[in-house]
Amino acid sequence: MATSNGSSTGTKITALVVDDDRVINAIHCKRLNKLGIENHVAANGKEAVDLHCSGKKFDLILMDRDMPIMNGIEATRELRAMGVRSIIVGVSTRSIKQEIQEFMDSGLDDYQEKPLTSSK
Amino acid sequence: MDVLSQLQRQLADFLASLYREGFVDDQFTQLQKLQDESSPDFVMEVVSLFFEDCEKLVNNMAKVLEQQVVDFKQVDSHVHQLKGSSSSIGAARIRNVCIAFKTFCEAQNREGCLRCLQQVNHEHAQLKANLQSLFTLERQIVAAGGSVPAMQ
Repeated sequence: MATSNGSSTGTKITALVVDDDRVINAIHCKRLNKLGIENHVAANGKEAVDLHCSGKKFDLILMDRDMPIMNGIEATRELRAMGVRSIIVGVSTRSIKQEIQEFMDSGLDDYQEKPLTSSK
Repeated sequence: MDVLSQLQRQLADFLASLYREGFVDDQFTQLQKLQDESSPDFVMEVVSLFFEDCEKLVNNMAKVLEQQVVDFKQVDSHVHQLKGSSSSIGAARIRNVCIAFKTFCEAQNREGCLRCLQQVNHEHAQLKANLQSLFTLERQIVAAGGSVPAMQ
């Protein structure tokens, strides 16, 4: 497995799963777990931002687009404005080009359409 | 054929029929592959979460659709969530109803939405019953000393 950005040698890769749907969170976490990735969960964009404000850092962030309180676009913009350099992958069921581009423009490194699979 | 082999055959046939009839799709296979010794009830747990959340979403949608002035954006938001979680567990029929449901939300068609809601209820009940049968068969196999492989 490739080493992560910003992690010290021997430390697990860490991931933050940001989604308001607990079914999806459970599946993403299990998938990441099986890949040996230590994971955390946030139920919306604001929780994700608050985690970072409290000093938490993650190598990878899986960011859902549509969430209450703060959506994925707003949260990604906020995290990038805070200087967060983690790999942020947008995950959504939206497939319209314009909507995907809007999400990418907020600061994503990649976008994947749900449902996620291990190969993705 | 001994009892265990019979049960395993029953399970394989039943699972194949669920795929054939479109109740579940490949994403359900992906879910089964995530189950392992460290989480032997993973599929059942996730599926239970899904059914709980599905019921809540359906109740919320019903309330919104009952209003004199329907907030179709709110209904659409619930449908969007249901579409996402149903496709994540491979609940293909429910996901497909959600696709049609979204179209009716966009068209602000209350009757169409109500019909879709009924269909979601129906598919939810069918899938729940089918998966409960599946899990019962799996438990019987384990009780008979067998193991449950993931679908190939």
